[in-house]
Order: sequence, then structure tokens, then C-alpha cells
Amino acid sequence: MLERRELSEEQITQELMRPLVTTTPWMWVGFIGLGAVLLVFLFAVSWMIYWGLGVTGLNRPNMWGFMIVNFVFWIGISHAGVMISAILRLTQAEWRRPVTRAAEIMTIFSLMTAMIHPVIHTGRPWRTLYWVFPYDFWRNIWPDVRGPLVWDPSAILTYLTGSSLFLYTTIIPDMALARDRSTGWRRVFYSILALGWRGNERQWKMQTIAGFLLSGLILPVFVSVHSIVSWDFAVSLVPTWHTTIFAPYFVIGAIHSGVSAVVTLMALMRWLFRFDNYIRLEHFDAIGRLLIAVGTGWLWFFLLDIFFAIYPQEEREFQVMDFRIFHWPFNVLFAMIFIFSYFIPVPIWVFQRFRRNVRIMFWTSIAVNVGMWAERYWIIKPGLMRKYEFTFDWGWYRPSIVEVSIVMGTFALVGFLLLVFAKLVPPVSVWEEKEGRRFVQAWEVGKRRLYAIIREF
Amino acid sequence: MAIKEVLGLYPDLDSAVAATDALREAGFERSEIEVLSNAPFPEGTFGEESGIHRLFIFPLIGACCGFAAGLLITGGTQLAYPLLTGGKPLFSIPPMVIIMYEGTMLGALIFTVLGVLFESRLPWIGKALYDPRITAGYIGILVRTAPERVSAAINALQKAKPEDILTEDGRVSLASSS
Repeated sequence: MLERRELSEEQITQELMRPLVTTTPWMWVGFIGLGAVLLVFLFAVSWMIYWGLGVTGLNRPNMWGFMIVNFVFWIGISHAGVMISAILRLTQAEWRRPVTRAAEIMTIFSLMTAMIHPVIHTGRPWRTLYWVFPYDFWRNIWPDVRGPLVWDPSAILTYLTGSSLFLYTTIIPDMALARDRSTGWRRVFYSILALGWRGNERQWKMQTIAGFLLSGLILPVFVSVHSIVSWDFAVSLVPTWHTTIFAPYFVIGAIHSGVSAVVTLMALMRWLFRFDNYIRLEHFDAIGRLLIAVGTGWLWFFLLDIFFAIYPQEEREFQVMDFRIFHWPFNVLFAMIFIFSYFIPVPIWVFQRFRRNVRIMFWTSIAVNVGMWAERYWIIKPGLMRKYEFTFDWGWYRPSIVEVSIVMGTFALVGFLLLVFAKLVPPVSVWEEKEGRRFVQAWEVGKRRLYAIIREF
Repeated sequence: MAIKEVLGLYPDLDSAVAATDALREAGFERSEIEVLSNAPFPEGTFGEESGIHRLFIFPLIGACCGFAAGLLITGGTQLAYPLLTGGKPLFSIPPMVIIMYEGTMLGALIFTVLGVLFESRLPWIGKALYDPRITAGYIGILVRTAPERVSAAINALQKAKPEDILTEDGRVSLASSS
């Protein structure tokens, strides 16, 4: 808490509500740039739905390609958001306050984006409902619950619903604040979302308990979702997919990429919205330390995945792992994963002066996610290309321009939605920031001036 | 009997606590006093007692409902459309557990939020005295009392040097009413 500046309540309100009332030139650049890429994305999706999956690089046996890789990537990104928020709330970590809202928003938009992929990937999205929801009473056709492709939507919908409710519960007080300071359509909008919030003792008590209860409930869901996503692969017989390690491996990978994405978002919010007083260097320092542990944990599971393929001496597992590690282009990806996701960022994060450098944290977090996207491709594709030992269907996969546009477009979609959200809801929780500052006291310890939080246990 | 409301606005915590003390000394019950603020204070800051709530029941009910829905969907669909695949049993429990687990958690999450709203008495569309300055940082001390005790409430609120006092009839002139 060393960099904490003393701010008045009004100043906190003004600064944190600033993105709602003013649009900086950079925000306009963001809206226009991301909007343009989003149009390309919409065109690519429409094109693919109109002409069918033939416009992609998918073939036999490469039935899953860029879209499923990107689906796993965005599911991963969504995970750390609520995880960070829930763990920090449960442990009452003070540094959570400027981080939790952005992390929760990112979770929701990443999940929504991820959900687009399997739907459009079916080729006929309008039929997806038949396969997932048991609603076709007339024809008596039901989804097969024994298939992992039904487990997936159940888990993701649970997580999306839970995360959205979690976020909504925590924004109600800020909606009341926005209601009291706005006019016109905004006042109507915020009045509806505020639900008549007044801020009495009972409402605050419920708000506090809800934070703990929902955190406790959402954490097991977070672990279950990526486990279930990993079973899309692990319950199949495809070599290097059919392994018991996939669930924890996917979860730790999701945390690694997700926490890094939170760092990216923190840096962007600090630059775009000038939140220097709230997203401080100490927060980057704390999350950087967390990332060292998470990254090293991920490395362990990454190595275990290779070890599990080699140790049983099963020919087909061995062959695909050999293909993954020593053959083009997967050998390059293999090196890239190591370098970008671990050997560049983690040694840098070991040094405090780098953890407290926003630019370095931003670029290392980007590097992690470049590596983690490559990791998902590296996990999914080689097994499909060399599916079985004696199969006639060995084949290469080259993504088409449509798939590349869709992947690029999803990044624009998440960015665009985040910007729109920041125009409607404070991206840092105003009431939590005020609560945190209310009980801060400066203490003189020798020649040092320290800030301490007074808190009830 | 009609209930009247009086709202005192205080710029800081000490004067707001002094106002609640003054109201209690004037004979007002704690249940007649409501403290409005823009961020939570530790329970008991204004002398309030720990309120009874049933929030913890909600997730349990939700979990039971979600579990039942998960069981019905997984069991029901397997029995309604008996399709043998790969010699696997028609009624396969392991995949049922996955969907029942998600159903249980979904039910618990939805009911928790419903419980929070119910226990917070939200959405609230009734009329009550309120001032936007509360979300700006002022602390509001709201008294709900019988009409004949309104002046006693105003007098008690004034002892703690409020920024403003509002009644259902309008703003109270601080100088004249003291």
C-alpha cells in the first residue's frame, strides 16, 4: 500500500466515473479500429454460414481447427477473471479492489466469445439447439448426455450465468451512484439496473455476504468448466488427447493465460482511463508474484503431458509426441510456447523492478498469451493430423482466410465489448474503492510512512 | 397509523454516529432508524444489532432444485430416447454426474442472487426519503416514526450538526427549527 494517495470521496467518484462521461481520443480510436475488425469478423462468419464449412481449411481427419483452438483459448482467458476476483474476495485481500470488476467483465465477454465458436463451427448454427437442449418434445429427439459435447454447454452456461449474476450483484451500488448523477435515458437505464438501491445497513450486509457466498460457489464451477472442456478431447481416443492429466493441465493453463490477460487489461485501463491512483504499481507487483507461481505450475503440467506420452511407450502416443516436438511446424510452436509462455516472462517477473514497470508487465502478459494460443494449437492439431497408426486419413490442416478473420475478429469483439461496458459501468468498483479507503490509516514507523487497513476479523 | 419520515444528512461518520445516539437518547427504537451510506461500514458502527436473515437457506434450496433438474434432464432424456451407442449402458451414471453437478451449482448460484435481492428488499419501488448526496459520500440517518414524534426526531438529528434535514413536507430550515 505504499503508493496510495489520499483522495477525497468526490475525487474517487469523479475519476472512476470519468470513462462514463468522457470519451478520450484513444477510446475513439479503439471503437473505430475494433469496430472495423469486428465488421470483417461478421462478414467472415456470414460468409462461412452461407457457403458452409468448405470455406475453411477443415478436412478429414482435421475436423477441428482454428475455431476450436480459439474456443479453448477464450475459455481459458475467461477463467482467471472470476478466479482472481473470487479468491481475493474470499481471502479479503485488499489489493483486489481495483482488479475484480475488470476481471469479472473479462470473464463474461471471453465466455460469450468462446461460446460463439462451437455454435458457428457446426456449420448450421440454427440446429445447435436440437443437439444441446432437451426441448424437441414433438419429435421426441433428445441430446445424448453421454457425449462430452453436451457436458460442455451445461458447464459453460452455468459459468456464464454464475459470472453474470456475480458481476451484476456487485455493480448494483455503483448503478445507484450513476443513477444519482445522470439525467435522461441514462438515468432511466441506471434506475432500472439499480433496482431501487438505497444503501441501508441491511443492503450492505447482504452485499458483503453475497461477495463471500458467490465467490465460494463460483470457484468450484470455474475448476469444473475447464476440466469439462478438456474432456472434449480427453474422452476421445485421439493420441495425445486421451490422457487423464488434461483436466488439471487445462485448468492451470487457463489460469496462466487468464491472469496474464488480467495484467494486460489492468495496463490498458491505467493508460486509457488514467486510473493511476487506483491501479497502482503495487498491484502489478502482487499479480506478477502470483504469475511466477502460476507459470511455473503450468510448466510442470506442460512437461508432465510430454512425459505421460513418452513413459508408457505406446507407439501411437509416442509417434504423435515426436511429431509435435521435432517436426515442422510444431517444433517451432513448441519452442515458441516455452519461450513466450515461460522463459521470457517468468525470469523477468522475478525482479521487482520489472514487476513494477507497467510496460514490461503489459508486453510480458501479451507474450504469455501468444504462447498460450500456440499451446492450444500445439495440443489440438497434431493428434488430429496423425489420428491413428494405420488410418488412411492422415492430412494437413491449413487455416483459410475466413478462419484467420474469425480468430482476429474475436479479439476485436472482446475489446469492443469491454470498451462499450466501460462507457456504461465504472470499470473499477467505486463503492469497493471507497470502502477500502475509508479505513486506511497512515502510520509512522521510524522513518517510514506506511498505510494500514483497519479490518474486523 | 401513518408513518412519517425524517432524513438527516451528515458529512462524516462521527456526526452520523452522534445523530443515532441522540435519537436513541430521545427514545427512538433502533428499528425506527435506518442508516444510508455509499459504502459499507462494519456491522455495529451505528449501534445496530446483527439483523436476522435467511440468506444461507437460498443456495441450499437452489442446489436441491438444480440437482433435481439435472437428474431429470439426464435420466429422462436417456430413458425417453433409448439409443444404444457402442454397447454402453442406456442409463449411464458418470456423465449424469457431470450435468447434475453443473445443475446443482447453477441452482445454488441463481437462488443465492435471488436470496440477496429478497433479503435486501430489492427491487424496491416504494417511496421513501432519499437524497443523491448519499451516494456522493454523505451519511443519511432516516427516522420512520409516528407523526407526533417528527419534531422530536428533527430536534435529535439537529443535535449532531447535520448538513441538511429533509421531511416529507420538504427541507427543514436548520436555523429556525433549533
